[in-house]
Amino acid sequence: MAQGYRIETGGLINRNKKISFKFNGVTYFGYEGDTLASALLANGVHLVGRSFKYHRPRGFFGAGVDEPYAVVQLYRNGETEPNIKATEQELFEGLEASSVNCWPSVNFDIGAINNVLKIFLPAGFYYKTFMWPKSFWYKIYEPFIRKAAGLGVASTKHDKERYEHKYEYCDLLIAGSGPSGLASAYSAAKNGAKVILAEDKPRYGGSLLTSDVNIGNQLGKDWADGIISELKEMPNVTLKNRSQVFGYYDHNMLVMSEKVSDHLPKTKKYHPNKRLWYIRAKEVLISSGSIERPIVFGNNDTPGVMLSSAAKEYLKVYGVLVGKKPLVFTNNDSGYETAIEFKKHGVDPIVLDSRLNPQSEIIDEAKNLGINIKNSYVVVAAQGYKKVKSADVATISEDKKTLGKIENIICDCICVSGFWTPTIHLASQSGNKTKFNEEIDAFVPGASKQNESTLGAANGVFTLEETLKTSFEKGKELSKKITEKDNEVSIPNVVEKKYSKHDKFWCVPLPKGKSYKRFLDFQNDVAVSDVEIALREGYRSIEHVKRYTTLGMATDQGKTSNLNGLQLVSEIENKVVPSVGHTTFRPPYTPISIGAIVGREVGKHSKPTRKSPIHNWHEEHNAVFVDAGVWLRPRYYKRGNETLFEASKREAKNVRTNVGVCDVTTLGKIDVKGPDAAEFLNRVYTNAWLKLPVGKARYGVMLREDGIVMDDGTTTRISENHYHMTTTTAQAANVLSHLEYYLQLVWPELNVNVVSTTEQWAGAAIAGPKSRDLLKKLFPKTDVSNEGLPFMGYVEGDLFGVKARIFRISFSGELAYEVNVESDNGRFMWERIIEFGEEFQIQPYGTEALSTLRIEMGHVAGSELDGRTIPYDNALEGLLSKKKDFIGKRSLQRAAFVADDRQRIVGVVPLDKKTSIPEGSHLVKDANAPLPNKKLGHISASCWSVEYDNPFSLAILKDGKNMIGEKLFVMSPLKNKVIPVEIVSSHYVDPKGERVRS
Amino acid sequence: MLHIKCPHCGIRSQNEFSYGGDATVKRPELNKEVTDQEWDNFVYNRVSPRGKHLELWQHLSGCRQWIKVERDTATHEIFKTYKANEEVA
Ligand SMILES: [Zn+2]
Repeated sequence: MAQGYRIETGGLINRNKKISFKFNGVTYFGYEGDTLASALLANGVHLVGRSFKYHRPRGFFGAGVDEPYAVVQLYRNGETEPNIKATEQELFEGLEASSVNCWPSVNFDIGAINNVLKIFLPAGFYYKTFMWPKSFWYKIYEPFIRKAAGLGVASTKHDKERYEHKYEYCDLLIAGSGPSGLASAYSAAKNGAKVILAEDKPRYGGSLLTSDVNIGNQLGKDWADGIISELKEMPNVTLKNRSQVFGYYDHNMLVMSEKVSDHLPKTKKYHPNKRLWYIRAKEVLISSGSIERPIVFGNNDTPGVMLSSAAKEYLKVYGVLVGKKPLVFTNNDSGYETAIEFKKHGVDPIVLDSRLNPQSEIIDEAKNLGINIKNSYVVVAAQGYKKVKSADVATISEDKKTLGKIENIICDCICVSGFWTPTIHLASQSGNKTKFNEEIDAFVPGASKQNESTLGAANGVFTLEETLKTSFEKGKELSKKITEKDNEVSIPNVVEKKYSKHDKFWCVPLPKGKSYKRFLDFQNDVAVSDVEIALREGYRSIEHVKRYTTLGMATDQGKTSNLNGLQLVSEIENKVVPSVGHTTFRPPYTPISIGAIVGREVGKHSKPTRKSPIHNWHEEHNAVFVDAGVWLRPRYYKRGNETLFEASKREAKNVRTNVGVCDVTTLGKIDVKGPDAAEFLNRVYTNAWLKLPVGKARYGVMLREDGIVMDDGTTTRISENHYHMTTTTAQAANVLSHLEYYLQLVWPELNVNVVSTTEQWAGAAIAGPKSRDLLKKLFPKTDVSNEGLPFMGYVEGDLFGVKARIFRISFSGELAYEVNVESDNGRFMWERIIEFGEEFQIQPYGTEALSTLRIEMGHVAGSELDGRTIPYDNALEGLLSKKKDFIGKRSLQRAAFVADDRQRIVGVVPLDKKTSIPEGSHLVKDANAPLPNKKLGHISASCWSVEYDNPFSLAILKDGKNMIGEKLFVMSPLKNKVIPVEIVSSHYVDPKGERVRS
Repeated sequence: MLHIKCPHCGIRSQNEFSYGGDATVKRPELNKEVTDQEWDNFVYNRVSPRGKHLELWQHLSGCRQWIKVERDTATHEIFKTYKANEEVA
């Protein structure tokens, strides 16, 4: 297909490389260096989508990040991404894209019925209509809105692209590579500063790519190219194109999204798709330029109406004519630049200038070229539905209130220029209170808040000469502060055309008897009439008007609509714009892929995976693993076709009858050392620690200051001033911080040091009636008899040449030991245990069996110590010392904590001895009571008791102490279960604790 | 993200630290009788000032020291940081 709107020569595209792509199923051709937008325009395609609310036809409005219309769904290398601006997406071979917001097709869209019914969809429509009846919300309104709304469809597949995060420090971060960015980067770099220069477009140069200026006796663009190639050679400069600095955060941290691969058909091997840079800059220079403002008129959203600067960019950068019968509608000199560009390429434009008799160099040039200029003329309304076919125009009175006779001009595009709006988002995000500049009818940054300066057009400076001068100087001044160097850079001479004053005119009045929609916000379909309604209904604050009308709330954040919206509010309210104030700018400046924000932290990389030194053995022996915090632990060891239930029952049963071994390396371990260690433990734990002899372990409970149980575990006195503390796997890090807090801040006089030793020791729990027999084989030289190593005793042993710590402690409730060796010897230890355990029918057991064993013994764990229970609730009040003070003790006097009917741990058995009880279920008195049924307690942990071969659960139950023997119901609406149960003691097995002492 | 100057390690990013609340709260001495009100003030009651606030942070992924940070809660400006045992000026 011929590219009917591509001029013969010119532009910055590579005409030697033709690229084919598909849009809405049709194949087109473009060139390397095109965007999807420029390539479509070259092919005469102006209809790209439908609007959000009224589903009106949508074309292209801009040529870059400000684009409100041309949002497409992109298909690339088997992946799809929504919310892509066609004006930013670079063309690559095989690119496919489709329209969004339309069904069944962009040409025939059922949602356009909203356009006919638009009288019913004014501002606040959703708030007013979708209120009641409540039941309609889920069934009718929400599905309707969800189907109608949206800017594309996110893929539900796993994204196979990779995204990176990078942290960087620099002296100067410069956002934008237009004239001010280049000048400041150059002088700062020459002065030895570490500079990052970021450009969101593929090409550096900003406005110099499209403007007709001379710098240092060469074309502006050639000067820019020269500076860029010099900067590229400098080791202290990082140049990044396709990189958008989108957020300015506290303490001069900025975030930049670099599109590494979006312009390629496929991401290169080892490359990320996008890279998110977290940049901490000493100084930030904002040279983000400005965006042209539209002028508001009737049907100004018709495809073919676009910014005049965009039309110029399509022509100068891409060699594309956006129309062959252009109408330029302007209130300032910028429109003439576009008109001249058309004329130079053999196309005759008509210029409508709202001003009465403007005089300037550039206007003279246009006149000399024979361009048809109509002064005091405006576009009243665009005509045409899917494309501009003509324009209704009229003269306008000097007070801009009265229109003359309507005439019709045939045209195929309307290029609008309503002057320029500085891009102040980054300055505003930094905390800078912006101020209104009457000269340019726009906000500019005020006094710097962080270390930021705004230069050039972003600061409201629209002449090149001043921009270059201030930028060269600023780059030098800031770099000098940092590098203390004073290298002079000469400022080049500049030739540019002088502008005459723009017209403070932004909205064409409606002609009598006409009710054209005049749009302010093109992406959210907010028209002048919507803002009028909001004000009539009493909304005054601009923030409220914004939310009520959704003005500026679309993904373009009102880049082309905010100021006109403010002008309208100020006009109706008879206020000046600065007193209306602008809405808050929030990061990100432009939509950022979720993938880029998440980075590498997906799937297995979302948290570190910690493996015990015995992990490989578990893997080799069919372990099925489970995530336990950041650790991977064997859940069970699968034999044949066993299920989890069968395997864990077998493993637990074997502990009760023979002997089992469990990898307990993950348990938190903290070395507590120093002459005051005993005193410290005495304050941290609720029970007494001063008299614990060397070689003995003790179970302890620690509280938070509010009386809630924080953690439990055993601590062993290894030597006079050395204790080995264990914590639960989950709380290990918190407990260490807690101990450090008290040692550093509360009791700095205590001479104690704490350090984590979790990873230094591998641990194996050997449990079961035959565990002592096995231990005798493992440690033939050590006395492990009941007298030599009694319950809660500790000895050091020699495990075939490896130093081992042997603790006689038990979590399973059986006769049990825990053996620790240095981590590197973990697997050696484990293999010896398995080898010598064979004759005692040893089996390894996983976390599931471990839970079963502790639950039926009534030992509390994380599901009971859930941050909501006090010692009494867990039947641990026996561990509360009456003689000494400890952390959290005073809180235990609180009325709720000493109430007679205080909650307490109990055991729960189903009456039928068959039905398993879901964890988290509620306990109620009457299963048939009306809702909400009063909850008496909840099931904290459930297992299948291997001792009694029936289900057994632990529960935290109100007045649990007096509930033993009661019949209640377990309710689980989620699992649709009602189970009659009996409340029993939480110590279901061996209530006297004889086995651990045997 | 804040930039916090650890008095032991120097300037580091906020993600190396964890927040520890009001640094001016003093724990009642052990074994001392305290009223309910005094205890509640220590455990629960906190002012949440807009402006200068002396707070605790722990340099968790660094030297593990608890430090005091004088910060403006509205602007996030950090005026000064102190070691745990340092007198606050
Ligand atoms: Zn530190």
